[in-house]
Amino acid sequence: MISGDKPRVKMPVSAAAGAEITIKTLIPHPMESGQRKDSDGNTIPRSIINRFTCEFNGESVIDVRLEPSVSANPDFEFAATVPEAGVFNFTWYADDGSVYEMAQEIAIG
Amino acid sequence: AALLPMSATAAAEDAIAVFTGGVEAGAGDITLTTPETVENGNRVPISVEAPGAMAIAVFATGNPTPEVATFNFGPMAGRRFASTRIRLTATQDVVAVAKLADGAFVRTSVMVKVINGS
Repeated sequence: MISGDKPRVKMPVSAAAGAEITIKTLIPHPMESGQRKDSDGNTIPRSIINRFTCEFNGESVIDVRLEPSVSANPDFEFAATVPEAGVFNFTWYADDGSVYEMAQEIAIG
Repeated sequence: AALLPMSATAAAEDAIAVFTGGVEAGAGDITLTTPETVENGNRVPISVEAPGAMAIAVFATGNPTPEVATFNFGPMAGRRFASTRIRLTATQDVVAVAKLADGAFVRTSVMVKVINGS
């Protein structure tokens, strides 16, 4: 990941109990595909975000497997149901072993 | 439109078979939304939706590797929808395949014309 850049999450801070919300996420990352060559003709090794997960109060909302055909700075939009107040946890897993995490609370009301 | 190399399509069908476990995917309630034509293949917006899906996988049949992304929906998912941006190296069919709760699979595809490939 580009140093200093943090993942971003856009979602409501509150919802009616049982409502469906839309969540948007983005993580700055080059998603180096492993298909490109440098100026000397050497293949640039693959280095991507290979998995993204979103959980609400410990239960899965979405678990995404990413391949090199996902664009740089991978972004997702998806829907979650919110039966109660709680915390959404977002996790991005990179090929190099790095793990990036974010959490955001949601209230009922 | 130019014909895809046979190997590209075969590779995509092989990748789809890995996702379905070899089960034939039929037509059904699955939607894949993309632009018809894109100037730039580096960031092509796509959306998939399949009511009741447990998972939806996306394949770019003309890319060097056809697998793009697999969205696995958990118990807290809302409607079975996801949207992202993908790379397309050339004009090609993009395929979405959904796994339904009863173990059946449905698929759809959209031809995306790419002027400058990724």
